[in-house]
Amino acid sequence: MLTFPVVAGVIEQGLVYSLMALGVYITFRVLDFPDLSVDGSFPLGAAVSAKLIVDGYNPFVALVVALAAGLAAGAFTGFLNTRLRISSLLAGILTMTALYSVNLRIMGRANIPLLMEPTFLTLLEKAGIPSEYVALVSFFVLVVVVKLVLDWFLHTEVGFALRATGDNPIMIRSLGVNTDRMKVFGLAISNGLVAFSGGLVAQYQGFADVGMGIGTIVTGLASVIIGEVLFHPRRVVTQVLSVIIGSMVYRLAIFLALRLGFAPTDLKLVTTVLVIIALAAPTFSRWRKQAKLLPKSAAGA
Amino acid sequence: MLELYEIRKTFNLGTPTPTPALRGVSLKLSPGEFVTIIGSNGAGKSSLLNAIAGTFPVDSGKIIIDGTDVTDWPEYKRASLVGRVFQDPMMGTAASMSIEENMAMAVKRGQARGLARGIKGEMRSYFRELLAGLGLGLENRLTDKVRLLSGGQRQSLTLLMATLSKPKLLLLDEHTAALDPKTAQQVSQLTDKIVRENNLTVLMVTHNMEHALKTGTRTIMMHEGQVIFDVSGRKREQMKVADLLSEFARLRGERLADDKILLG
Ligand SMILES: Nc1ncnc2c1ncn2[C@@H]1O[C@H](COP(=O)(O)OP(=O)(O)O)[C@@H](O)[C@H]1O
Ligand SMILES: [Mg+2]
Repeated sequence: MLTFPVVAGVIEQGLVYSLMALGVYITFRVLDFPDLSVDGSFPLGAAVSAKLIVDGYNPFVALVVALAAGLAAGAFTGFLNTRLRISSLLAGILTMTALYSVNLRIMGRANIPLLMEPTFLTLLEKAGIPSEYVALVSFFVLVVVVKLVLDWFLHTEVGFALRATGDNPIMIRSLGVNTDRMKVFGLAISNGLVAFSGGLVAQYQGFADVGMGIGTIVTGLASVIIGEVLFHPRRVVTQVLSVIIGSMVYRLAIFLALRLGFAPTDLKLVTTVLVIIALAAPTFSRWRKQAKLLPKSAAGA
Repeated sequence: MLELYEIRKTFNLGTPTPTPALRGVSLKLSPGEFVTIIGSNGAGKSSLLNAIAGTFPVDSGKIIIDGTDVTDWPEYKRASLVGRVFQDPMMGTAASMSIEENMAMAVKRGQARGLARGIKGEMRSYFRELLAGLGLGLENRLTDKVRLLSGGQRQSLTLLMATLSKPKLLLLDEHTAALDPKTAQQVSQLTDKIVRENNLTVLMVTHNMEHALKTGTRTIMMHEGQVIFDVSGRKREQMKVADLLSEFARLRGERLADDKILLG
């Protein structure tokens, strides 16, 4: 049952989607900006990367352009929010909705198969990495690199300013930081990562589909929250790590749900229930405490 | 060091309930002056500091800091000249970041921020030394999150941060009002010490009239968006709280209960 390809598949998915989850971590946790544009920028990355490959471009180039497209999408949400003063939620929804049409335009149709096309994986195979390990190894290396870069960045002067913008914008403005610019910047790198992840997923699974972004935000949030619940990370370095592990655990949970007999189409519901439970955990425990307190105080009175 | 010319600001302009907050404030501060501001609730004291810091654009008037016209500068740009401590101890620090990270951000106040390490090795000993001067034991807690500090500790840290890279102008808005009396006293003493050591130019709002007369070099009183009284030098030294109150009554031609200003 648990053959190597099956286990590897779960880990590979956990790794490749963790890049998307890290994007969500940057907006939701670091910047305190609930950014829904990722539902559009994930398939944007996939669309760009697939389209460029079928047009004959190098798959690695396709990934870089996917990343750049995501940066632009995030910056656009930032523009809507900081310049046009549209609320964060609505700004994200507007970008996400616009991207749906943009993605269809880019692809020219709703789905682009890549099974017969070269991908970064087939190129790496040609370079000598055995095909059963190629996704595992390349995703692992990528995630390690992204984690190290993110750890480094969040401890630079700009990284501090970004974190403080999410924590206390009044304070960091009084220390001379343009918080609007920080928001645009943070949204750009977040959506860049998400689109990059989308580009990788398209090449990994062998197609891009215009509907593949639905629920991205919830999946990303699930990974972030699972990591938090499991590790209670305090330092930035461990927070980033816990998002990555959270993404792996999430994929494992999905895998088990499928084994339990849930249909693939039920997974969004399963994920949502997971996130609701995690988000509501503090409320539940408060209710429990109150329930415990009640009889006591009644006895006292 | 600071020149204000006819600053006007009305909130909710163009709505049925416009709120005039500043109604033509002019003020000149020489370098090294320490001005205390008193006035009843809603007199416009906070609005004045906010106008100087650039929290909002003013409707009219001119703001010059250290010879530079900053009237059109956004808040973050004015930060290169202005240090601030707010009334709310939570407002001056980033709770989820460590003490040393907060201080490192303050070191870069008003400067360009790049991809250099946020905390460099040599900063730590400097921070430790400064924190030791507070006498709160914070020098051994550099990597603690600011969230873990008490209100007084946070306010002391904010004060340190606001003055780390010597500002042309220090703005203090009732920065001890939210603290218990003993801590408030400590933070006040710390303020005096830091201001003296760095020879700073200061605008400090306080609700304590006695404190206003004892601290600093000059006292102004605000009422309904205007400066109605301005005293310094010998006259101020001889002044008592009662004199301030009768001055106020004389100027406004109205009797005012002592506590109305005290609570302001
Ligand atoms: N952001 C704001 N929006 C609307 N009205 C405000 C704002 N800030 C201050 N005001 C109003 O301006 C007037 C002056 O307030 P403020 O400067 O806070 O007085 P003080 O600090 O002297 O108590 C008050 O009437 C207050 O309600
Ligand atoms: Mg006030």
